[in-house]
Amino acid sequence: MSAATAREPIVEARAIHKHFGHLHVLKGVDLKVAEKELVFLIGPSGSGKSTLLRCLNRLEDPSSGQVIVDGIDMLDAKTDINKARQRIGMVFQSFNLYPHMTALGNVMLALRKVQGLGRAEAEAKARAALARVHLADRADHYPLQLSGGQQQRVAIARAIALEPRVMLFDEPTSALDPELVGGVLAVMRELREDGMTMVVVSHEMGFAKAAADRVVFMADGLIVEEGLPAEIFSQPKHDRTRAFISQIERH
Amino acid sequence: MTGWERFTDSFFNARVMAQYLPKIIEGFGLTVVLALCIIVAGLVLGLLLALVRAFGIRPLNWLIIFTVDLFRALPPLVIIVLLFFGLPNAGLELSGFASAWLSLTLVLMAFSEEIFWAGITSVPRGQWEAARSTGLGFVQTLVYVVLPQALRITIPPLTNRTIAITKGTALASVVAVPDILGAANAGVSFSFNPSPLTLGAIAYLVLFLPVVVLGRWIETRFAWKR
Repeated sequence: MSAATAREPIVEARAIHKHFGHLHVLKGVDLKVAEKELVFLIGPSGSGKSTLLRCLNRLEDPSSGQVIVDGIDMLDAKTDINKARQRIGMVFQSFNLYPHMTALGNVMLALRKVQGLGRAEAEAKARAALARVHLADRADHYPLQLSGGQQQRVAIARAIALEPRVMLFDEPTSALDPELVGGVLAVMRELREDGMTMVVVSHEMGFAKAAADRVVFMADGLIVEEGLPAEIFSQPKHDRTRAFISQIERH
Repeated sequence: MTGWERFTDSFFNARVMAQYLPKIIEGFGLTVVLALCIIVAGLVLGLLLALVRAFGIRPLNWLIIFTVDLFRALPPLVIIVLLFFGLPNAGLELSGFASAWLSLTLVLMAFSEEIFWAGITSVPRGQWEAARSTGLGFVQTLVYVVLPQALRITIPPLTNRTIAITKGTALASVVAVPDILGAANAGVSFSFNPSPLTLGAIAYLVLFLPVVVLGRWIETRFAWKR
């Protein structure tokens, strides 16, 4: 089996249900992620994988279930959600950089306003984070002056500057032109080599095969099967998985 | 007297203009003060209402929407007259200046609230989500992330609306305020010559053209850096 069972999970979602009105999007999902593990969530659109990801940092409130991240019960009313969210970085499909701030300003904002660091310390940390995504020389550029790939790397820097224990990636490369995908994946791979725990929703199968510890296939709000990338991609057990994989690989 | 001479004598009579220029200048000062008071109070109140509305407290939002719709629907002159002639019956006497100020402030508040609110809602949800995912609270996100973007979007419609409503200061002349139009009208009554009105029109141009230009400058100044 995968590394998940061997180590204490850092992310644990239990029996997550999510309803949007009369739509039942998640139908009792369990997910455990071990420290330093990279888990890939795949599945057809509408399978609930993004919703599951967003339940982990409570951008969506699960209708029922339990989410524990780094020992913190995310759904407990007594939990300071703003504090807890600093341990969980998130990267979005559409980057969501603040257009009125420079790259440096984007990274510094939470360091200053959430962690309460002084200007000099926040700036030093922000510059270090930008250096980690190879954009030290773009610190003073505004988002619209950057390519999509660069914007996404700034978004990664904005998240990792807070020194999260877990990083969530919600289709980080699907809004990018093909030639810009490589730079973002390279940064993600470096993060992984530095031991970052990551949960990634993506269709980058090549990256999954090369870097993922575990691939989780979801369909219709449920986990259909999970396993090592080689198992899922070469010998899927379920027809749904097989159909999905062959469809993806045709592209 | 030829037609042209009659025309210049009526609208550009130098003697009459010189005589009433001091009054018009006084009126100019009064219009500026009134306009500034309306702009400051109206925009501050409008922004406050929009911010309160962002919290999404249902009954409060219904009240805001009702108030805003009320003052957007009523003609400003009706509100001025109602306050000036109506309130004394309720034992509250407002001066002409105060009635004009309060009325136009409420109207600007109503329109600017709608504009600020539209600006706030036009900021993509992803901006909220990105900010909240880094641990920023609701108010912090509103102040540091959403509002700066919302304000930029609102500048063109806000400038237009502010100019339109501030020009309504001319309505104050109806309740005996000696603003530009009030002073000009008085001049016409005393001199039997419309030249003071020409002066008044020039005074309005001197006052509002720079505001229009300033609005355009602000728009370019705050455009996104590309």
